[in-house]
Amino acid sequence: MNALTKIMVSPHIHSGRSTAGIMRDVLIALLPATAAGAVIFGWRTLLPVVLCVLSCVGFEALFNLITKRDQTIKDLSAAVTGLLLGLNLPASIPLWQCVIGSLFAIIVVKCLFGGIGRNLVNPAIAARVFMLVAFPAMAAPAFPADAATGATPLAAEQMPSLLTLFLGNYGGSIGETCTAALLLGCVYLLVRRVITWHIPVVFMGTVFVFSLFVTGFDAVSALSLTMAGGVCIGAIFMATDYTTSPDTAWGKVLFGLGAGLLTCLIRYYGVYPEGVSFAILFMNILTPYIEQWTRYRVFASEGGRV
Amino acid sequence: MALYLRGIRTPHRKNTLKQPVVRMEAPGTVTLPMAMHIGAPAIPVVKVGDTVKVGTKIGEANGRISSNIYSSVSGNVKRIEEYLPHNGTAVAAVVIESDGEMTVDPAVCPPTVNNREELIAAIRESGIVGLGGAGFPTHVKLDVEPERIEYLLINGAECEPYVTSDTVTMLTRAEDMRDAILALNRCLGIGKVMIGIENNKKTAIAAMQKMASSITACTVEVKSLPSVYPQGGEKLLIYHTTGRKVSAGKLPIDVGCVVLNCTTLAAIGAYLRTGMPLVEKCVTVDGGAVKNPQNVIVPIGTSMKDLFDFCGGLQVQPDKIVYGGPMMGVTVPGDASMVQKATNAVLALTAKEAKLPKPTACIRCGTCTNTCPFGLAPAAIAGAYERKDTEALKARLVDACMECGCCSFVCPANRPLVQINKLSKQMLKEEQKKEASKS
Repeated sequence: MNALTKIMVSPHIHSGRSTAGIMRDVLIALLPATAAGAVIFGWRTLLPVVLCVLSCVGFEALFNLITKRDQTIKDLSAAVTGLLLGLNLPASIPLWQCVIGSLFAIIVVKCLFGGIGRNLVNPAIAARVFMLVAFPAMAAPAFPADAATGATPLAAEQMPSLLTLFLGNYGGSIGETCTAALLLGCVYLLVRRVITWHIPVVFMGTVFVFSLFVTGFDAVSALSLTMAGGVCIGAIFMATDYTTSPDTAWGKVLFGLGAGLLTCLIRYYGVYPEGVSFAILFMNILTPYIEQWTRYRVFASEGGRV
Repeated sequence: MALYLRGIRTPHRKNTLKQPVVRMEAPGTVTLPMAMHIGAPAIPVVKVGDTVKVGTKIGEANGRISSNIYSSVSGNVKRIEEYLPHNGTAVAAVVIESDGEMTVDPAVCPPTVNNREELIAAIRESGIVGLGGAGFPTHVKLDVEPERIEYLLINGAECEPYVTSDTVTMLTRAEDMRDAILALNRCLGIGKVMIGIENNKKTAIAAMQKMASSITACTVEVKSLPSVYPQGGEKLLIYHTTGRKVSAGKLPIDVGCVVLNCTTLAAIGAYLRTGMPLVEKCVTVDGGAVKNPQNVIVPIGTSMKDLFDFCGGLQVQPDKIVYGGPMMGVTVPGDASMVQKATNAVLALTAKEAKLPKPTACIRCGTCTNTCPFGLAPAAIAGAYERKDTEALKARLVDACMECGCCSFVCPANRPLVQINKLSKQMLKEEQKKEASKS
C-alpha cells in the first residue's frame, strides 16, 4: 500500500446529483412541449426555439470568455433559459428579435448579476417581458397552420373546447398551448424530484379557483381559463426556477398563491390579456422576503427564523 | 413540519453482513495511544522492557473524564513513542511486541457489583468508552443521580453505509447486552429500555426482540426505525424513540435519557461477566480496495497494515482510509494508524467510490435546507460565513449542527456545506474567546 492517501474532512461520498443533471432533466421535461409546438404550428417554428437556445449558450460562453471566468455552459442552465424563452415566443417572431431577447436574458439578467444562482429574476421571463414591451411582433400570437385567424383564447369571444385546450391546437406561444405535453413534463420533473408539487399545484389551483368566482362558478370555463395561455408552462417550468423561488415548503405555497392571484388580477382587471409573466416576475422579486417569513424552525429551538 | 422523514437515503453497501465474523490472531506488535477517548489522555504505567499480558493495565485514567488503557496482547513493551491522532494533539503511545501466546493476565477477574457505586467504579475500571465512534467515557455518562435517568436508549441504528459491526454485535452478543441491561436495572434502577434499530436490519431486530422478551425485571422495547440517515444521530434517536427534544448545548440526560451504543452495552455485559477489560473490538473492514471485506474481531492497537493484510490485502491503491463510515468518518494516514477503542469500521475507499464532483456555484435550489434533519439552512450559513457575519451565524443557530453531512451529500453543486458549518462553529468559538479575553 502506498502510504499517500487523502486526508479530507467528511463526508466522503456524494449523491451524484449535479446542476447539469438537473438542467438536463428540465430539458428532457420540455421535449414533449417542444415537439407539440412543432406539430401544432409547423416544423418551421423550431427555428426560433433552436436559435434562442444557441444564442443563450453562445452569449454565456462569450461573456465567460471576455470576463475570463470559468466556462459554465456545460451546466446546461443557459440551454434551459434559451429553450424556455423560445417556447414562450410566438411562432411568427422575427429571428433577430430572438437573438436580442437571448442577449437580454443571459447578459443583462443572468451574467451581470453574477451568473447562475445570483440572478434576481427568472432570465427567460424577464426577457419575455422585455420583448413584450419592445417588439410589437410579440403581441401577434401564432396560430396553428390549419386554424382560422383569430385572437388568443383569453382575448377571444368563444373559448376553444376543453379537448382543444388539452391538446393545444389553438393560438398562443410555441410551447404554452399543449397542456397534455406540459403536464407530462411536470410528471417527469416530479418523479425525478427536480421540483416539488407545491408551486405548480398551488399556482394552477389558485387560477382555477379565482376563475370559478369570475365565471360565476362555471367549472368548465374555469378549467378552460386555467389551461389556456401561459399558466401551465409558467407554473410548471418558470415559477419553479430554483434561484428565483423560495426554498421552503410554505414559501413555495405562498409563491404559488401570489403568482396565481396576480395572474388573475392582471388577466381579468388589467390591460393585458395575459399576466403569467408579470405575476412570476413580481413574485421573483418578493422571493427573498417570502424565504425570510417561512424559515424552518430549527430542531428543539425557538430560534432559527430570525 | 415533520422531521421524521428528513435526512437522506444513502446507499447501504452493507456487504460485510454476508461474510462470517472472524477473529484475528495476535499481530506482531500493537500500538496503544493513551488517548482513545474524549477527555484527558491516560498516563502510561509501564516502562520499556516490561512484560505485559492480555488485560494488563498499561495506562491509568487521568482524572474523571479519562479512561484506562489495557494491553491487548501478551509480550514486552518495546518502546513508548509519540503518536499524532487526527485531532492534532500528540499523545504517548505504548508499543507492545507480542509473544504470540495471548496469555491472559491472572489479575483479570469478574468485578463484584452490587450497587450503583460499585457498578460505576467497575465501568470506570474497564476502560469502556462510547464505542459507536465518539469515545466518551461511559462511566461519566452513567454517573448522574439515578432518579434523573428515565430511559436507557440503546443505539443500534447503524445508519452509516458499509458499517455492520453494531449489527454483528446485536446478532452475536445478545447475552452480553442482556447482562448489561439487567445490571443497569439492578444498580441504577433504570426501568425503561428502548433499542432503536433501522428497519433494514430485520435479523438484528428479531435477535433483540428475542432478548427483550427474556427480560422481566424492566420493560425493554425494540423500536424499528426507518432507514434514513442520520437515524443514529443521538438527538434524532431520542426524538424518534421517546418524542423528546434535546436542544442545542443540552445533554440527553436533560430530557431523562442515557444513550449507549449497542456495542458499548455488550462490552459492559462482557466485562461484568469475565472481568476482561476492553482489549478487542469488532471492526468492519470494507471498501473497494479491500480484497476480502469482512467483520474482524481484532486486538485494539492492531495496525491498519496488519488488519488489511489479514483481509487478503489491498487489491488496488486506496484513495482514502477512513475510520468509521463514509458520511462522518475521519480520514487517517494508512501507514500510521491503528484500530482504536471507538473504531467501528475501517474503510479503504477507491478513488471511484470516494469520488466527489468539483464544487460549482450555488444554484439556491434549497435541497440542503429541505434535507437538514435539524431544519438548518446550510446555504445561508455558508453565505454568513463568507461575510464573516457572526451575528447571522448565531441567528441561524449553526451551533445546533450535528455535522451529519446530509447537506454536502445532496448538494448538486457539491458545495462544502457541512465543512463550512464546522468552520463557522470554530469562528464563533474564536470570537467568544476574543471577547472573554477583552473583558
